[in-house]
Amino acid sequence: MTNTAFTKFHIEMGAKMVPFAGYNMPVQYEGLVAEHHTVRKAVGVFDVSHMGEFWVKGPKAFDFVQKVTSNDVAALFDGKVQYSCFPNGKGGIVDDLLVYRVNEITYLLVVNAANIDKDWAWCVKQAEIMGLEVGKEIYNASDEIAQLAIQGPLALKAMQKLTDTTVTDMEYYTFKKLTFAGVKDVIFSTTGYTGSGGCEIYMANEDAEKIWKAVYEAGAEFGIKPIGLGARDTLRLEMGFCLYGNDINDTTSPIEAGLGWITKFTDAKNFIDKDYLSDQKKNGVKHKLIGFEMIDRGIPRQHYEICDANGNVIGEVTSGTMAPSLDMNIGMGYVNTPSAKADTEIFIKIREKLLKAKVVKLPFYKG
Amino acid sequence: MKIPENLKYTKDHEWLRVEGNEAFIGVTEYAQGELGDIVFIEVETVGETLEKEETFGTIEAVKTVSDMFMPVAGEVLEFNEELEATPELINQDPYGKGWIVKIKMTNNNQVAELLDAAAYKMLIGA
Repeated sequence: MTNTAFTKFHIEMGAKMVPFAGYNMPVQYEGLVAEHHTVRKAVGVFDVSHMGEFWVKGPKAFDFVQKVTSNDVAALFDGKVQYSCFPNGKGGIVDDLLVYRVNEITYLLVVNAANIDKDWAWCVKQAEIMGLEVGKEIYNASDEIAQLAIQGPLALKAMQKLTDTTVTDMEYYTFKKLTFAGVKDVIFSTTGYTGSGGCEIYMANEDAEKIWKAVYEAGAEFGIKPIGLGARDTLRLEMGFCLYGNDINDTTSPIEAGLGWITKFTDAKNFIDKDYLSDQKKNGVKHKLIGFEMIDRGIPRQHYEICDANGNVIGEVTSGTMAPSLDMNIGMGYVNTPSAKADTEIFIKIREKLLKAKVVKLPFYKG
Repeated sequence: MKIPENLKYTKDHEWLRVEGNEAFIGVTEYAQGELGDIVFIEVETVGETLEKEETFGTIEAVKTVSDMFMPVAGEVLEFNEELEATPELINQDPYGKGWIVKIKMTNNNQVAELLDAAAYKMLIGA
């Protein structure tokens, strides 16, 4: 199991540690629900150093990223971030990711921890086909980069104290390279997985300790607290954000997963699975990812069956939780397309009982 | 970690407090800590007579769900209704206000088969 640059701080602060995707990670500190509210109301810090980072550079970089990802890289400008996915050539998803455009020949791809090896193998295979030099034009920097997500309504105000570059007015999904807490070339990105605003900060492992301390000092007056993976999951689920391995995987297509908005079929863009996905978009899919709220009392969990009123199985839950900011039980799952419309009454099979729920539009949490 | 001397324990991290032929059942401080924030308790066995180790209810934390098992055989007499609205009592006071069910034991000899505080302490490595 790998430690991140921050593992020793988590242990010092009393976190409950768990193995996650091969990393020794904090699942909670004071308690999941309290941590969840800290992010919704103030500011919280997540160690997300386990995420993977690949650099793509050089004259073929644009064509490469355009081919391997589903979103339109041509829509990016310097300093812009885009949510995207890697289609797997069989109609499924290798991973979802963020694409950062530093300049027209330099891109950063940020991928899920659990998929770093798989994603890297996939990218290397495509890079070899397209003639990019592996290790140079495409480079896996995952082991060299530490990352913190500082999330919540007070996050940017708190972090502004650590840099002379203005960050409080940055648009959502943009980034700047700046000097932060005295450390040069930190990537400061207004992204996140919580729906409460804030930033994600990328730094070299050797600068991690200095930045960790500075972040807590700067955040103290705003009530900054460390947040574990438990609250990370409830926060993302309230937003209806997909979690790879739960809601999307090698067998679900981005169209089925409601990710049509990151799947662009412009004439100038050729990408893996373009024809297949374009056909799905035109002709429809058999099942779709939906969000649902429980009406009867019960908490949906991954792999529970979704049924119609007669108990016929029409799908399966992919994620579910009690939602601390909504005081409600919510879930996501795939259902047959005719049952995917908002307000459709569905039933979740929980301990042999059919409990009523209804399909709702995402996000669950509207701020 | 509190492990009261006057209670009996199971390897499933439940406690039993004997009062004559009746007993109260709950989960231990260790269990509530491992589960995290408890948000829902479901007990639909009131009035039923269950064997030792049969499921009498479920306990739901935000991220996990676990069955709860009878430490000894008995009739489920009462469910702690306060847990309906405030399941967090189990986190706050697992041995007191967080009790889950009251039972009438049908085989008092089984109490002796349970762990005492010292044995339970060893089990969890406290």
